[in-house]
Amino acid sequence: MTHTISLTVNGKAHCSVVEPRLLLVHYLRDVLGLTGTNIGCDTSQCGSCTVHLDGEAVKACTVLAVQADGATIKTIEGMASPTSLHPLQEAFREEHGLQCGYCTPGMIMAADALLRHNHKPSEAQIRQGLEGNMCRCTGYQNIVKAVQNAALKMA
Amino acid sequence: MYPSSFEYYRAESVREAAKLLKQHPGAKLLAGGHSIIPLLKLRQTEVSALIDIGRIADLRAINGGMIGACCTYAQVAAAGGLPAALTEAASHVGDPAVRARGTIGGGVAHADPASDLPTVLLALNAKFHISKGRTARVVPAIKFFTGLYETALKEGELLVAIEVDAEARGTGSAYAKLENPASRYAMVGAAASVTIVNGVCTDASVAVGGLTTHAWRSKRVAGALLETTLDADSISKASKRIVKELPDDLLGDMHASADYRRAMSQVFVERAVTAAAARAKK
Ligand SMILES: Cc1cc2nc3c(=O)[nH]c(=O)nc-3n(C[C@H](O)[C@H](O)[C@H](O)COP(=O)(O)OP(=O)(O)OC[C@H]3O[C@@H](n4cnc5c(N)ncnc54)[C@H](O)[C@@H]3O)c2cc1C
Ligand code: FES
Ligand code: FES
Repeated sequence: MTHTISLTVNGKAHCSVVEPRLLLVHYLRDVLGLTGTNIGCDTSQCGSCTVHLDGEAVKACTVLAVQADGATIKTIEGMASPTSLHPLQEAFREEHGLQCGYCTPGMIMAADALLRHNHKPSEAQIRQGLEGNMCRCTGYQNIVKAVQNAALKMA
Repeated sequence: MYPSSFEYYRAESVREAAKLLKQHPGAKLLAGGHSIIPLLKLRQTEVSALIDIGRIADLRAINGGMIGACCTYAQVAAAGGLPAALTEAASHVGDPAVRARGTIGGGVAHADPASDLPTVLLALNAKFHISKGRTARVVPAIKFFTGLYETALKEGELLVAIEVDAEARGTGSAYAKLENPASRYAMVGAAASVTIVNGVCTDASVAVGGLTTHAWRSKRVAGALLETTLDADSISKASKRIVKELPDDLLGDMHASADYRRAMSQVFVERAVTAAAARAKK
């Protein structure tokens, strides 16, 4: 049986008919065409699918679209304004916080949630806050620097 | 990965959830989904229906030591007034995104041998409040965890709340784990709760996880701590007892062999008891 869900994604209201087994990440990518959110694993471990669900960073591959009925979602597409990048996006560019870029949308969404809970995180707190996000390229050093840089920009 | 098809029902109350469970053979409850959705995705499990209990307000509240089954780890970690071991374990489950969705009730009902909360709740002698809609019962921790992914929960039952006692002055608890670096699941987890009266240990409770099919209580370590001053030397001596007390057939896998886990059990029990004693002495 299908279900009708209504939710707000990046400020826009959507109403869709979905199968219960549809994952939120597939809903965002395949139904809404928001392909900025990536899928990197089948085991809920890599964090490349991280989005905000009612303000909290969650793994969109481990939430059913039906569970998000009524929720407010923000994806990487909702971060920049039409004229300028989000400070986190700017900081990732300035500090070379990405190489292939596959993990970056998830990293930025996780980092944004982290900075909302803690405006001035220490290096250790940034590493802990991003524990659920894996990067196979950078070795994390520049990701940590980018988050530190963004924290200053956003202060 | 797509799971195979299933029906979805959202329950508004415990009673409705119990009714839906009864009406739909082969259905399972859905709390935070952080164990069952990965299993469904990998098609390691199949369900006819998922009954979502994640929005039932009664299950999402913490009242004193009574923790609703659907409270997330983040909620438990942030709540004041709970035993330190519980706060500590909840704040080290997985990663922030797992803690934002995963629930304490889902964690214990799933009863993964590598999970954190069963070990802590066993050491704290927690009580498990179970409902079948109209009827209810309470099961002590020592009887709740019964095997590999097995608990005292019977068909058609829901875990409603977990009850822990507040820590009085002179009592301290702690949790220490050797974590899998990727998932943060416990390869070895140790929880301890100790009480000190007039400088002497009058009560001690120690449990370990990640080693056996389910959270396991150590009587010998706890016994050896009694009547000591919980100084470094007596804690170290008592902790050594776990190595021989553990059963012969321990869990082991590519992340950590059974022998390594056995050796580490002593180290992590010592760390947990040391931290619990320091808190009790404060
Ligand atoms: C990447 C990752 C890392 C993790 N790391 C850790 C870790 O370090 N330590 C750790 O302990 N855990 C870890 N977990 C598991 C996490 O704790 C899960 O959230 C938890 O095991 C299940 O809780 P849930 O609310 O998500 O349950 P669900 O997945 O919704 O349900 C799990 C099972 O319990 C049943 N169930 C749920 N609620 C109830 C209830 N109230 N009454 C009866 N049955 C119920 C369901 O039917 C299902 O069978 C990790 C998970 C992931 C994905
Ligand atoms: S795709 Fe890897 S955690 Fe979601
Ligand atoms: S930049 Fe390639 S995975 Fe992180």
